[in-house]
Amino acid sequence: MSGVDLSLQIGSLKLRNPIMLASGTVGYGNEIAEFADLNKIGAIVTKSLSLNPRKGNAPQRIIETPAGMLNAIGLANVGVEQFLKEKIPFLKQYDIPLICNIAASTIEEYVECTRILTTEDAIKAFEINVSCPNVKEGGLQFGNSCQMVSEITAKVKAETDKPVIIKLSPNVSSIADFAKAVKDEGGDAVSAINTLVGTSFNIFTKRSKLKNVTGGLSGPAIKPVALAKVLEIKQKVDIPIIGIGGIMNWKDVVEFMIVGASAVQIGTLNFIDPYASERIVAELEKYCVENGINKISDLTGSYIL
Amino acid sequence: MPLLNAIVEKSIEIDNKIFLLKVYSPALTANVKPGQFINVRVSETIYPLLRRPFSVCDVEGDYFYLMFNIYGEGTKILSRKEKGEQLDILGPLGNGFNIDGDFDTAVIVAGGLGAAPFPFFTRMIDKEKEVLSFIGGRSSHDVITYEMKNVSVATDDGSRGYHGNVIALLQNKIDELKSKKIKMFSCGPSAMLRALKTFAIENNFECEVSTECAMACGFGICQGCPIESTQHPDKYLLVCKDGPVFNVKDVVI
Ligand SMILES: Cc1cc2nc3c(=O)[nH]c(=O)nc-3n(C[C@H](O)[C@H](O)[C@H](O)COP(=O)(O)OP(=O)(O)OC[C@H]3O[C@@H](n4cnc5c(N)ncnc54)[C@H](O)[C@@H]3O)c2cc1C
Ligand SMILES: Cc1cc2nc3c(=O)[nH]c(=O)nc-3n(C[C@H](O)[C@H](O)[C@H](O)COP(=O)(O)O)c2cc1C
Ligand code: FES
Repeated sequence: MSGVDLSLQIGSLKLRNPIMLASGTVGYGNEIAEFADLNKIGAIVTKSLSLNPRKGNAPQRIIETPAGMLNAIGLANVGVEQFLKEKIPFLKQYDIPLICNIAASTIEEYVECTRILTTEDAIKAFEINVSCPNVKEGGLQFGNSCQMVSEITAKVKAETDKPVIIKLSPNVSSIADFAKAVKDEGGDAVSAINTLVGTSFNIFTKRSKLKNVTGGLSGPAIKPVALAKVLEIKQKVDIPIIGIGGIMNWKDVVEFMIVGASAVQIGTLNFIDPYASERIVAELEKYCVENGINKISDLTGSYIL
Repeated sequence: MPLLNAIVEKSIEIDNKIFLLKVYSPALTANVKPGQFINVRVSETIYPLLRRPFSVCDVEGDYFYLMFNIYGEGTKILSRKEKGEQLDILGPLGNGFNIDGDFDTAVIVAGGLGAAPFPFFTRMIDKEKEVLSFIGGRSSHDVITYEMKNVSVATDDGSRGYHGNVIALLQNKIDELKSKKIKMFSCGPSAMLRALKTFAIENNFECEVSTECAMACGFGICQGCPIESTQHPDKYLLVCKDGPVFNVKDVVI
């Protein structure tokens, strides 16, 4: 025991440390549990769930880019009913807060998913994905409209007592306006960022490498963008921020916290090093000890301009 | 499927710019089956970022082999690995070939680097069973017969063996094939797998194919590697977890 306090709180959501596993990068926990000890991670966010199962996009769904990757999975998921029946029991074996990520095509669908899921005790909070770049309806269409984001926040909040986190798109001109809309409607936190829209073409066939043509860029390539978005929100809106984008090690986590993140999510790194999240928790603690930080939450927004 | 530290023994260039990487990893060799793959982090840096999947080509005691050609940056780095270097691998991954079935002749059908899993396959198959290997390529340069038995070659340009594709060669030998209790095992370009599927179904031959897809994780968490299922058209199978080896009837190729 080092005596360092790594814990934090977002609304009524208590986390033992700031490291969460990002939506879409750990499925429903089964596979990652073979590597990382889920009992040591701050929280797990499920793959985006929709009311009904979604098949997702045809291949090719992913392509590597310099220091990153594009994905166009298309929200393939088992749907809320099957999630409750088949996926929750596994996650219940662990002492890890479960955050359900919801993606929907209509506002009613967000509300309906929340209504069904909120009855499950194991679910401690919701993360609402209004920013998926890879589906035709829903997704970015919501994430690009402040008014839609307000409405979704208000209606989802009305459906549940659990904390509601809105996952914001970086593909907008002023992300702080969206964070403000979330705060005004009683949202408990925002997560930033989802992936950036990108594409990649084969120069010989002149065809797009992704079947969906465009995809979402993730990985270390997007970290500077994500940091700037977190900072922008921190400077303009008083709301807890979950920083996401390109985290590869504990130093990246500290950087996100300095610019304003209360907690962070690890995404693409899980594919490359499925042990990383657990290791990062230990390394963060070591950093705190070595730098005389007693409470990690003191780091949040400690930037000097 | 643990993350394993393996140690490079040597990188060998066999003919036609094909490389074999010999690697020490008792933890892997104790558990791997023919047709399974590993996911290799070729560099500790962020370039390339993702792991690269490779079939386990062969196993000899505590050593295993990978077979590859230089395709892009990842395979270039891999080809330059030197003795003693650590190799960060994840595996064994996926389902391998079912080699213990009720058949007496294994018919291997491989195209180009699709030959990669078959040296191990040939080594592991029951000694009572016969193995016939049909190897295809565009020209003689693409034909890989490393450690394979009873090889028949087909090339599109006729530069080696039968002049035509490997499925036409199989068709030529249909009487011989029908006279035995065979099961087919294949890996190679999708055009070849598609033609083989038709051939196997028409002739009522059991057939397993090893498929490929771009992968980010290799163990089921990214959903990056879908393949269409014939039995459940409402959802995809995952090449990395449900495959890469499938009964040819179960997937749309
Ligand atoms: C299960 C499996 C087993 C394999 N076994 C072998 C083997 O034994 N020998 C061998 O030489 N090759 C094998 N491959 C292919 C091998 O993974 C690629 O040749 C390798 O990724 C090339 O990496 P690179 O960095 O040199 O090429 P680059 O072109 O620089 O990078 C390859 C990138 O392309 C992506 N990609 C796009 N389409 C595909 C696709 N259809 N298959 C693979 N990657 C794709 C990958 O995700 C990767 O990010 C296998 C692939 C799979 C899926
Ligand atoms: C393959 C893949 C699938 C993803 N699926 C989802 C998803 O279903 N819902 C969601 O909100 N975000 C999804 N994301 C976005 C991540 O949660 C995260 O916001 C993004 O990848 C940036 O973080 P990273 O750079 O650490 O990966 C996905 C990302 C990847 C790479
Ligand atoms: S490669 Fe990630 S799920 Fe198959």
